[in-house]
Amino acid sequence: MANILNGKVPPGSISDKWVQYKSTMNLVAPNNKRNIEVIVVGTGLAGASAAASLGELGYKVKCFTFHDSPRRAHSIAAQGGINAAKNYRNDGDSVHRLFYDTIKGGDYRSREANVHRLAEVSVNIIDQAVAQGVPFAREYGGLLDNRSFGGVQVSRTFYARGQTGQQLLIGAYQALSRQISLGSVEMYNRHEMLDLVIVDGKARGIIARNLINGKLERFAAHAVVVATGGYGNVFYLSTNAMNSNVTAAWKTVKRGALMANPSFTQIHPTCIPVSGDYQSKLTLMSESLRNDGRVWVPKKLEDAKAIREGRKKANDIAEEDRDYFLERRYPAFGNLVPRDVASRAAKTECDKGHGVSPTGLAVFMDFASAIHRYGKSKAHNQGMHNPDEATIVKLGEEVIAEKYGNLFDIYNKITGDNPYKTPMKIYPAVHYTMGGVWVDYNLETNIPGLFVIGEANFSDHGANRLGASALMQGLADGYFVLPYTIGQFLANDIRTPKIDPNQPAFDAAEENVRKQIEHFLSVKGSQSVESFHRRLGRIIWDYCGMSRSEEGLKKARKMLRELREEFYRDVYVPGSNNEYNPELEKAIRVADFFELGEVMIVDALHRNESCGGHFREEYQTEEGEALRNDADYAFVAAWEYKGWDQDPVLHVEPLHFEAVELKTRSYK
Amino acid sequence: MKLTLKIWRQGGEFGKGKFETYQMNNANEHMSFLEMLDVLNDQLISEKKTPVAFEHDCREGICGTCSMVINGQPHGPLKGTTTCQLHMRHFKDGDTIVIEPFRAQAFPVIRDLVVDRSAFDRIIQAGGYISVSTGQAQDANAIPIEKDVAARAFDAAACIGCGACVAACPNASAMLFTSAKVTHLAMLPQGQVESHKRVKAMVAQMDEEGFGMCSNYGACEAECPKEISVSNIALLNREYLNANLSRTDF
Ligand SMILES: Cc1cc2nc3c(=O)[nH]c(=O)nc-3n(C[C@H](O)[C@H](O)[C@H](O)COP(=O)(O)OP(=O)(O)OC[C@H]3O[C@@H](n4cnc5c(N)ncnc54)[C@H](O)[C@@H]3O)c2cc1C
Ligand code: SF4
Ligand code: FES
Repeated sequence: MANILNGKVPPGSISDKWVQYKSTMNLVAPNNKRNIEVIVVGTGLAGASAAASLGELGYKVKCFTFHDSPRRAHSIAAQGGINAAKNYRNDGDSVHRLFYDTIKGGDYRSREANVHRLAEVSVNIIDQAVAQGVPFAREYGGLLDNRSFGGVQVSRTFYARGQTGQQLLIGAYQALSRQISLGSVEMYNRHEMLDLVIVDGKARGIIARNLINGKLERFAAHAVVVATGGYGNVFYLSTNAMNSNVTAAWKTVKRGALMANPSFTQIHPTCIPVSGDYQSKLTLMSESLRNDGRVWVPKKLEDAKAIREGRKKANDIAEEDRDYFLERRYPAFGNLVPRDVASRAAKTECDKGHGVSPTGLAVFMDFASAIHRYGKSKAHNQGMHNPDEATIVKLGEEVIAEKYGNLFDIYNKITGDNPYKTPMKIYPAVHYTMGGVWVDYNLETNIPGLFVIGEANFSDHGANRLGASALMQGLADGYFVLPYTIGQFLANDIRTPKIDPNQPAFDAAEENVRKQIEHFLSVKGSQSVESFHRRLGRIIWDYCGMSRSEEGLKKARKMLRELREEFYRDVYVPGSNNEYNPELEKAIRVADFFELGEVMIVDALHRNESCGGHFREEYQTEEGEALRNDADYAFVAAWEYKGWDQDPVLHVEPLHFEAVELKTRSYK
Repeated sequence: MKLTLKIWRQGGEFGKGKFETYQMNNANEHMSFLEMLDVLNDQLISEKKTPVAFEHDCREGICGTCSMVINGQPHGPLKGTTTCQLHMRHFKDGDTIVIEPFRAQAFPVIRDLVVDRSAFDRIIQAGGYISVSTGQAQDANAIPIEKDVAARAFDAAACIGCGACVAACPNASAMLFTSAKVTHLAMLPQGQVESHKRVKAMVAQMDEEGFGMCSNYGACEAECPKEISVSNIALLNREYLNANLSRTDF
């Protein structure tokens, strides 16, 4: 059997663990904190909240982002909302229910203790954000409003129009800005971490490239926190921001950290479909739309064909000729089934020939019933008793505009269609990565002093993440977990003097980075970095995307290895190192995507079951639902990277379910 | 679509900067403006020429990274739209398009179309926050806030920090940006405690960064991709006046 990992879950009952543990943790006294330095890489929700909170506690923080400003982190793009077990609706929500929904939503592949802690601190996040001035949506009485998200039957999602991530990130950015002005955080914009430095077995610094002039700079500290987001861009096309990448996280793996469940990636059901091969990214239409949008395809293949060929429009299809396939297959949750389930269902319909875009890869999301329903109710509220159809539609559209106006605008800008009048066309796209660097209960990796938080770690979402819970996790980690748990490590380091960056470990790491850069600049091949990234993404999407098979994965591994060889031989990177050079930045990132991609394939091949976002064609029920195998696979697979010429080595963390019963996930 | 692109190149072999002209023969109307530039860069790379440097990230109109002046207008011709959300269907076959960086003394050019907007960060650092540390907050529903007031705060908080207002302003003033943050926080009860101190510090920082004066042209609002209203500037002025009259704030 493989090497066993210890998640360091503290003792006690699930609901008391965190509180008890917190009260017995090692503390670092204020006078010692002033001498302890911490590096935080990343300024998304996780990084910004962590850097601000550590600064407030009195640590000396150095914070890094490759962006021109901390406020640009990819978290800014989150649309729909953030969960919290506030139970302001009085609809039966509780910490336990949020915990249970998240475990079940994750298809029983996450660590119970972490998820429970997440649910516990979720309520503090909302308080903190409101105190910072985050303008969440409110009701007429002035109290906070909520909406529902997929996979749950309560309303616990807080939101700020369709820009929740933006508003939460601005809140964290402002908290960070305050610490910068107070001098407790030193901010390094336009600096990209390209290696981790380990001294005597502990994480003690990083090598970063100054993106303006290409200089490699060394930064030393007592501990390093990596909060660099997810790796969805390994697929090339995804809803992630263009510059999101795996490099920082991957460099830690190359230094000995473990990559956990890398094949657990989330394909989001509602994105604007691909329109052409020049396309650079995909745009998400928030899941909150599924509160009101009904997903359907034409029942008759000839109708679908007519729509694809432009001979018919959605509105020409009579009600009885529409198949609301989510409502049909999953009556209990309807359009609000979890993402993995909704995505696969859409793929199934398109594979059967019911797709509605010229490429055949799209289904409709229709707001007509919601417009009607809201219109009637608003008319009623305004005292109109027999409103005519036009008035109902007008009022209904106003309600929809208030709820989703900016999403409808985005859709209109991109497609040129008006979604108030004709259903949206949507298709699944890569959105989030549940997998990530392995961390224990303290959010510490197997390298002492190296912590990984936010989307970059693997911790809380198992094999599938529920909507509105990534923002929750990022902020939970940064505001309410890491600032405590990092003390467990740092308390033993109060006598360690300032770490000197002029020592052999830093020399070696810097040399390692320099060699890689020199290689890419010297190849002078004939193909652009972008073209390789596109081809790599295609391999991963085709064989390690929405559905996977042993045969496909084996083939993909071979294709990927050949492509990587070609990349190193024939890539063309213009310019030099000592200047602003985005092509060079991309080359380094794509190189890491190749290595990660292979480990994803190895992970997907090894996991002989279907669970959450990981759907292996060989393991499904007769009805086409995922077939999990708890007897053999109820564990976290964490991979140790051994270099390109060797297979990665498996470490496992067995998952124990004490507070919830392992059950087949059903949304029917 | 065939296009003629006149693009500002600066740094590296282009030194202090000049316009270069490029022919683009394979654009199409479904592309976004930045995808059109991607295609141009692919073309340049295949000819072993230096691609055009421009900044972008989310390509969804929310991160505020993309920044360029298109035919004289920051973020191009479409109202309420960032460059990344502008599609080529708004241009015609045969058009000539002039592309330049945001120009302002406080936004030095780094390369081609890339400018340094860190002055905005320093304005926020001067006071664009509420001083509450992690863990100090009371229950979120303890202070009800009127829906309309919250909406007004939100409208101002929707600023993406792109800098188009500065690029649009004949004086390169940062008033719209600064006033959006002042308004966002001043509207909320939580933000009122520090409001006098905040407005003074932020205005002082704005001056120090070398942004110009506001003389009410209104070009900022017209070009702002998030349609931030100039009424925020009026609110800032009121706050500033009150702050200077206030005796609680020595
Ligand atoms: C379109 C979209 C909508 C979403 N909507 C929702 C939603 O409604 N609700 C929800 O809960 N979740 C949502 N998510 C998911 C959620 O936004 C992300 O999971 C979350 O914001 C990740 O935050 P983070 O702090 O971990 O990383 P990020 O926000 O990705 O931040 C990463 C940071 O690391 C920095 N960085 C990365 N690499 C380096 C390096 N090598 N050197 C220096 N700095 C580096 C970056 O500059 C950046 O500052 C959405 C995601 C997408 C794509
Ligand atoms: S006010 Fe408008 S133009 Fe100015 S930075 Fe904000 S969003 Fe951009
Ligand atoms: S790239 Fe993010 S706003 Fe344009």
